[in-house]
Amino acid sequence: MSLELRNITKRVGAEVHLHQTNLVLPEGAFNTLLGPTLSGKTSLMHLMAGLERPTSGEIWFRGRNVTGVPVQKRNVSMVYQQFINYPNFSVYENIASPLRVLRLGQPEIERRVKRAAELLRLEAMLGRRPSELSGGQQQRTAIARALVKDSDIILLDEPLANLDYKLREELRDELPQFFAGRNCVVVYATTEPTEALLFGGNTATLHAGRVTQFGRTAEIYRHPADLVSARVFSDPPINTVAVEKRGAEIHIGDIRLPIGRTARGIPDGSYIVGIRPHHIAPTIENGKAAAVEGTVVIAELSGSESVVHFDFSDEIWVSQSPGVHPFEVGSIAKLFINMDHALFFGLDHRRVEGSE
Amino acid sequence: MNKSVSQGAWWFVLPVVLLVAFNAIIPLMTVVNYSVQESFGENMFFWSGVRWFEQVLRSDRFLSALVRQVMFSGIVLVIEIPLGLMIALAMPRRGPWVSVCLVLMALPLLIPWNVVGAMWNIMALPDIGLLGKGLNALGLNYNYTRQPGAAWFTVVLMDVWHWTSLIVLLCYAGLVSIPDAYYQAAKIDSAPRWAVFRYIELPKLRYVLTIAILLRFMDSFMIYTEVVVLTGGGPGNATTFLSIDLVKTALGQFDLGPAAAMSLIYFLIILLLSWLFYTLMMRNQAR
Amino acid sequence: MATIALDNLRHSYMANPDGDADWALKKVTLDWADRGAYALLGPSGCGKTTLLNLVSGLLKPTEGRVLFDGQDVTSATPEERNIAQVFQFPVIYDTMTVYDNLAFPLRNRGVERGEIDWRVREVAKMLELDDLLKHRASGLTADGKQKISLGRGLVRSDVNVIMFDEPLTVIDPHLKWVLRSKLKELHQRIRRTMIYVTHDQTEALTFADSVVVMNDGEVVQTGTPIELFERPSHTFVGHFIGSPGMNVLPCEFTGDWPAFAGQPVVVANADAYRGNGGVLEIGVRPEFISFADAGIAVRIVKVFDAGRHRIVETEHGGHIIKMLVPEDDSIPGDSAFVKFDPEHTRLYRDGWLVT
Repeated sequence: MSLELRNITKRVGAEVHLHQTNLVLPEGAFNTLLGPTLSGKTSLMHLMAGLERPTSGEIWFRGRNVTGVPVQKRNVSMVYQQFINYPNFSVYENIASPLRVLRLGQPEIERRVKRAAELLRLEAMLGRRPSELSGGQQQRTAIARALVKDSDIILLDEPLANLDYKLREELRDELPQFFAGRNCVVVYATTEPTEALLFGGNTATLHAGRVTQFGRTAEIYRHPADLVSARVFSDPPINTVAVEKRGAEIHIGDIRLPIGRTARGIPDGSYIVGIRPHHIAPTIENGKAAAVEGTVVIAELSGSESVVHFDFSDEIWVSQSPGVHPFEVGSIAKLFINMDHALFFGLDHRRVEGSE
Repeated sequence: MNKSVSQGAWWFVLPVVLLVAFNAIIPLMTVVNYSVQESFGENMFFWSGVRWFEQVLRSDRFLSALVRQVMFSGIVLVIEIPLGLMIALAMPRRGPWVSVCLVLMALPLLIPWNVVGAMWNIMALPDIGLLGKGLNALGLNYNYTRQPGAAWFTVVLMDVWHWTSLIVLLCYAGLVSIPDAYYQAAKIDSAPRWAVFRYIELPKLRYVLTIAILLRFMDSFMIYTEVVVLTGGGPGNATTFLSIDLVKTALGQFDLGPAAAMSLIYFLIILLLSWLFYTLMMRNQAR
Repeated sequence: MATIALDNLRHSYMANPDGDADWALKKVTLDWADRGAYALLGPSGCGKTTLLNLVSGLLKPTEGRVLFDGQDVTSATPEERNIAQVFQFPVIYDTMTVYDNLAFPLRNRGVERGEIDWRVREVAKMLELDDLLKHRASGLTADGKQKISLGRGLVRSDVNVIMFDEPLTVIDPHLKWVLRSKLKELHQRIRRTMIYVTHDQTEALTFADSVVVMNDGEVVQTGTPIELFERPSHTFVGHFIGSPGMNVLPCEFTGDWPAFAGQPVVVANADAYRGNGGVLEIGVRPEFISFADAGIAVRIVKVFDAGRHRIVETEHGGHIIKMLVPEDDSIPGDSAFVKFDPEHTRLYRDGWLVT
């Protein structure tokens, strides 16, 4: 049972919003669409909802072809980045509105609204208007309204982006619980890799109108299919450099670094190596660390972690490590790369798997 | 946007389509019909092709009415747009006086157009009107029923009084929507007041002003009621604008052929100029 | 350049403020040295934007004084105070080119043309706008426009302080990182006083030398990012800073020792407690909790994979304890023991650190 997009494309005038895409989103799972702005997440969601028709391709849901079905006929709910609530209705009426459209009886409406309000911790606010609520509470109201209908597909388009940082964290922690135990397809769009990781479930990485990879979140984070997917799924951005692999070493100009677990079994040749910032640290954790040096350009100490931007092989590389590690700007920093987590990409930018 | 469309909506549109067909398309077709035929009464019609159009386009009467119309629209726009903008800039944007000013500005727009004409007609009378008697008391020889210059002056003044408020309200709405941060940034940049106007307010009012100019141009080009009630098109034909000339020809002389041709030419002129403005506006937006 | 001092500043947006709730900013007294990078951090509605506008002169305080270099500037306009401000959304002059935008404040001040030119080019180079100088400002992306806003502040030689009001709000998330680092680099290079207002702790902590944490119109704690992280003086600071924030657990005193759910806990400031009642809590950050062979017995509820580390949610006696576990470390099955690092576990009374 799932939502399938078969050979979907979306073109508006001369612009291609979505290149040929195939995606199967299972029910009962939390599916994240991860990608930068304008990568096609919203276009994809609009197609899933039925707000727009694909230029070509078909959409199937639970074994039925729903491509031409307008949004009113599909059982869909949507939550937006802007807190969208009926400004003249109370919170109770806001949550009840989809049920009134469905012409449910008053006791049933009462029951469902109360249950949704309890789940979203809004019981005390039921009598208020959205303008009297805080941002977080307004968004909870929108989410409650989406949940109360028992929709088949629930779409959330960057719903936490307009919230304060701490509020975003709190709501993010609670979000998966709202959808637990439901038999619907949940699709969540975001630009932050950390959010995708914390939700677990499945993730599809998007870039420039293409779905570059789809799979279990932790899986595609650790095993990106190509350089683009690796870049989309990195914050801070992943460090890359062109290398020559010879035997048990990689050569970057004059610098030689030992290879780690991920490179075993890879044939010698030219590659692009990607190393995530948190795999470069000022201290050695295990014996597989490769030492590098560079001039410190920027040092950011935030208490919980230390981020150093340093000059390496004509590029600026970034190291992110927990704890406090003071660095002087302009000094030479000695850092260690955990090569066991280095990602190897061929010159065609597809990842090369070692025989771990 | 490739939105999925519900076909059922067409049923709701059907009554309106029928109404529009009855009230607009059929009369339009009738006019076209008249414009290409000549009648000698008693339902005898002869095809005359483009003869009426040629006659109208060559007639001095039509051309002078057209010239008068263009001059009128031009003068009125040149006065009303800057004046409206200045008043909008002077209006308060916060505080208790806002509603008072808005109501005052809206008042002229609420008065029925023939009443406007009648008001000014009486007010400008040289012997008993406030304006007329006042101007004459100041030593000016003012009589709009006899002097073409005075008639023009009165007609323009009436239009400015009547319609500047529309520009004011449009510009005011545009100004109010400019976020405070722009004014704050200008303060921080030590920008003088005229720079604030030129670099912040004017650019932000670009679309509003385009709409205002387009609206006023179209309306002033079609002006009829107020002028007819005020001057009747006189003295002589000094203030006979296109629409007035048209009505005189059609109803006064019952020359249906030339009148119909004139209507169509009039219609096409407005269509052309509106299209020009529209593309200009769209070009602005595309930038 | 100037030192900035706030003397008993209080502000209310209402004409006749009555109770505490009517004051957007309750008494604030602060001292900021010259050339530093400062941040005002707090949730929405905490008063940080009000404070920023009071310092910049866009708002006149209901009570109190603002002093630049010892001079009372409370009634001075923003112009007179010589400040520059970057707003939440890019404020640029649409019809001008990038060059003219940057030159605008200098032209208004009557600076001569040659000097304007080299200043504008220098700042454009710093902000990587030099090849865009001839372009219309309205054609740039949001981050480009914010750079122009910043640039207008940098071109002036007489700027006392540059204020940032949540400047990264409209920037694309993948560019926020770049712009943030750029601001830090800029400050390290030109050393002008900068005050940065935000609700995002990462932005505040990576940018500032000293952070003022605010809540509900008051300053809760001022300190370096490291101080705020390692020694929060209020549970609010502990909770607000850090992702996830500090664990705050209820505590009772069994004899001479603080205890959590029956288990004695070693805290760094146990001697400071004088036994004078109040609501007692233990604060310990997830970074400073680790698995052990003995200690507090917990049930492992959920494991979140955050890439560079795992967030493990554990539970003991109905209380959630979150801990951070490095990427490659193993996590025991359903239940385990955890211990708190005594150096970083502290006692709080009524929310405040016991000292």
